Amino acid sequence: MKPAAFDYFAPGTLDEALGLLADYGGDAKPLAGGQSLVPTMNFRLAQPAVLVDLNGIDELFFIREEDGGLRCGAMTRQRSVERSPLVQRISPLLYEAMPHIAHSQIRNRGTIGGSLAHADPAAELPVLAVALDARMYVRSVTDARWVAARDFYVGLFATAMLPDEMLVEVAFPALPPGSGWAFDEVARQHGNYAMCGAAAVVGLDGRGVVERARLVYLSVGEGPVEAEQAEALLVGEQPNAEAIRAAAETAATQDVDPVGDIHAGPAFRRHLSRVIAERVLTRAIERATEANRQ
Amino acid sequence: MSTRQFGQPIKRNEDPRLLTGRALFTDDVQLDGMLHAAFLRSDLAHALIHSIDVEGASRRPGVAAVYTAGDLGEFWQPGPLLVPPPPVEQLEFHQRTQVPLAKEKVRHAGEAVAMVIAESRYLAEDALDDIFVDYEPLDAVTGLEAALSEGSPLVHEDLGHNIGARVTQTKGNWTQAEAEADLVIRRRFHYDRGTAAALENRGIVASWDEKGQRLTVWDTTQAPIAIRNGLAAMLGLSEHQVRVIAPFIGGGFGPKIMMFYPEEVLLAWATLLLGRPVKWIEDREENFYATTQERGQVHDAAIALKGDGTILGIKDSFIHDAGAYAPYGLTVPLSSQCTLLGPYVVPSYHSEFSSVFTNKPIVTPYRGAGRQHGVFVMERLMDAAAKELDIELVEIRRRNLIPPDSFPYNNEIIFQDFTPLVYDSGNYEPALDRALQLIGYQEFIREEQPRREANGERVGIAVVNYIEGTGIGPYEGARVTVEASGKVSVATGVGTQGQGHYTSFAQVVAEQIGVAVSDVHIVTGDTDLFYWGAGTFASRGAVVAGNAMHAAAVKVRGKILKLAGDKLEAAEEDLELIAGRVQVKGVPETSISLGQLAAEANPMRGAVQPGTEPGLEATEYFGPERGATASGVHAMILRVDPETFTLEIEKYVVVHDCGTVINPLILEGQIQGGVAQGIGNAFYEQLHFDENGALRNASLMDYLLPTATDVPNIVSDHVETPSPLNPLGVKGAGEAGAIPVGALFAQALDNAYRDIGLEVREIPLSPNRLFELVTEASAGEIV
Repeated sequence: MKPAAFDYFAPGTLDEALGLLADYGGDAKPLAGGQSLVPTMNFRLAQPAVLVDLNGIDELFFIREEDGGLRCGAMTRQRSVERSPLVQRISPLLYEAMPHIAHSQIRNRGTIGGSLAHADPAAELPVLAVALDARMYVRSVTDARWVAARDFYVGLFATAMLPDEMLVEVAFPALPPGSGWAFDEVARQHGNYAMCGAAAVVGLDGRGVVERARLVYLSVGEGPVEAEQAEALLVGEQPNAEAIRAAAETAATQDVDPVGDIHAGPAFRRHLSRVIAERVLTRAIERATEANRQ
Repeated sequence: MSTRQFGQPIKRNEDPRLLTGRALFTDDVQLDGMLHAAFLRSDLAHALIHSIDVEGASRRPGVAAVYTAGDLGEFWQPGPLLVPPPPVEQLEFHQRTQVPLAKEKVRHAGEAVAMVIAESRYLAEDALDDIFVDYEPLDAVTGLEAALSEGSPLVHEDLGHNIGARVTQTKGNWTQAEAEADLVIRRRFHYDRGTAAALENRGIVASWDEKGQRLTVWDTTQAPIAIRNGLAAMLGLSEHQVRVIAPFIGGGFGPKIMMFYPEEVLLAWATLLLGRPVKWIEDREENFYATTQERGQVHDAAIALKGDGTILGIKDSFIHDAGAYAPYGLTVPLSSQCTLLGPYVVPSYHSEFSSVFTNKPIVTPYRGAGRQHGVFVMERLMDAAAKELDIELVEIRRRNLIPPDSFPYNNEIIFQDFTPLVYDSGNYEPALDRALQLIGYQEFIREEQPRREANGERVGIAVVNYIEGTGIGPYEGARVTVEASGKVSVATGVGTQGQGHYTSFAQVVAEQIGVAVSDVHIVTGDTDLFYWGAGTFASRGAVVAGNAMHAAAVKVRGKILKLAGDKLEAAEEDLELIAGRVQVKGVPETSISLGQLAAEANPMRGAVQPGTEPGLEATEYFGPERGATASGVHAMILRVDPETFTLEIEKYVVVHDCGTVINPLILEGQIQGGVAQGIGNAFYEQLHFDENGALRNASLMDYLLPTATDVPNIVSDHVETPSPLNPLGVKGAGEAGAIPVGALFAQALDNAYRDIGLEVREIPLSPNRLFELVTEASAGEIV
């Protein structure tokens, strides 16, 4: 479990890092927190010729408020997000979900950008990004663009980024007023990859009818899986237990088609998809109802 | 003696060193000019090797040597059979043991095919990528029943079948028991593999000193003396030319007593050839293939009972998964066969097993060593019988317990140490009662469970019994020396892997010599410091080495009293040993220190009397006539999330009887750790091999070890029924925590789902498997 030989660069600025990615293209891998990349290299499943270590680039470490939303630099440690009062205030869903990510030791090192760019289908952050309509700021030496989270994820461990591009910042817009939200997941042990999990965001109109609904899953597909039919079913409904059950059933039977692994077979994952949907939708609706009352 | 140290919860002497990182582990050994080994391991579980091309690897800069089986010449030999088959009539046994490097064929994924030795481990692993092996893949044998089926692929072709052994042992008359029974219940049970996953993987440093003509090997072994003897024989050296040191080891659990691992013989061989020290540290991925595993068995069992629940007999027929080779003989299946009988009167027993070769890593004992299976089968049969006969499941156990006046109790079959399975002593009912009281059995059943179930909760309770054969021979020894400093040094041959030997052994010695436990310095596992011994296994350290310590300490005490009597001009019986001094009873002013006595016993002038020995020192050995039988009861309250099938252990009770307790604190640690491993085994840990014999979860990301959030604090208590087989009255405790946990989980889950008639017949479980079982039971299907 020793990595193959590689060249190592530790640029001090973003421009330098982008220059290195432009020079080495697909042979180079940016090193963020290293919580996935380093084990993969130790197993020699990944053998990048060049590592571009981003840990010395101060401009990538930040959390700030902008246009009422949240902006995070790609190298912001997950633990910093978890402990940020700004995150708690502006993006309570993100705040609630952070402790579910692995173990605190991993969050101390792991970064928000690293996890978003790694696009692991069992990871929490990509799901949160999609549920919250986050936008990803992607740069290369020659180009800079914003990509909507739902367009960012294009497959298993795959994103819309080109080899010389890098995720440098992510923007989480604030939830519209009157929104409720929830995150939950089921893992075999605390800190392990979840067998199933989901984030929900629900908005109610003045009459208490569902106006907006988002339900996005992890660990049931090749990336974040949005339960579009369940969402559509909920919109326009009185958010009672029956409607929630129907939406959860639709999500589990129509929207997801999970494959199994050694921890959870397809049938169990589908079952958990229903359980989790019911739990997060119920909680999100409770919160939305409470928000509407205020 | 003023204050007793034996039996006290004394904090461990070794912990300050261990906790502050100042203890020597094998990977801490750094030598000048040291080279590093890495092994090319087969990705395929079953394949012919047509050729191996090591040209590129040999040419890589920094590579000192690349070896394949062909390079070993006469040194290439299958390993020894550690434990021969037992003296059981009509036994069939086919010896097939592991080889240093695969030749012509690989028989399990991870089997070593080539060894690279280089200036660093990184370079060595780089060179592995340069080796090309031309394999011809063969169909793999992974299932136990499949291994016995007609036309199955053969792990060892020359055998013509996959049967490693067939053994039948009987007691009484099963046929008659079955004929006379009011009820006969038959069940099939499955138990699957896990791995011990010690905190420290294996490691070896081998160093040949050309000028001194000596080989030193640091090895994470549980049996350094046997390793020394074997290496000397294999390498044509005198035993005195080989020193094996088993330093601190981060967990043994059995797999580290396997011998000889290929790496052990190859590193010793290579350092002689290269004249430079060589190190190999097993990495976690290798540990999943290259270190032995345990627990695959399938049982077809039947129990015959009278209508009042009295057991008339048991019939069990099982298949044991030996893996690709079976160097440890039949220890594990024999242990299953013997442990099944438990603390119960079973007048008739017919037990037969087939041990089969499969294309999976080698199986040798791992904490429990087959006992889990026996307990699982017996306790599940009892539960099924209780249900069928409508007898409360504690009551049916109570009715069948061996009465306390029946010991020694002869079970008439042969145990793993080849002696008859005779329980030395036991008193089972008090432990059962105590466990029921601690778990609050009646209150839970009568009040708590109905109340919580009315609120939609799923909660279950369980209580199971087990016995554990411990402390088997052949022997261990110890040397106790009082030094001129007044401190006591003790050496023994057994190695230590976290058991607290530096403290519990010190307590045994301190009790006799009258010094503080902290003034007794224990050395374990260095063959230069103690020549004879067997090893640390089968819950035998405290029993066998402990009693050798005791014998040596008693002898030294005698020498002390004799010499002090001369010096103080007092009769020996008027003397007492207190706080490092010998004094005339009640007259502290007439005393002499142990240090001074030690100096006097080793004079620089004058003449030592004929027939006496210098020094206050003695070496003694202890070999028990047969093993001591420990016993216990585990009880648990379990909550199941009825939607996610995740579990929470709300309460866990262990009441244990390991005879006289040397150190309750250490015992509690042993129990707690064992239960943690048992919980892992029951609900988290499982090795998933695919049909080609590839392991799908060879990392700690996918092989789930129980963590702090999964393991509750254990409420424990003890019953002390001393063993009559050794002077200290002790029985082993090393494996007790791990043994009955699977059976306990099964019973608790059945109890939580009794409304749908769930009956768990397999271990390990998982939320996914529980979901399937509950779904099937709800649908009224046969599980």
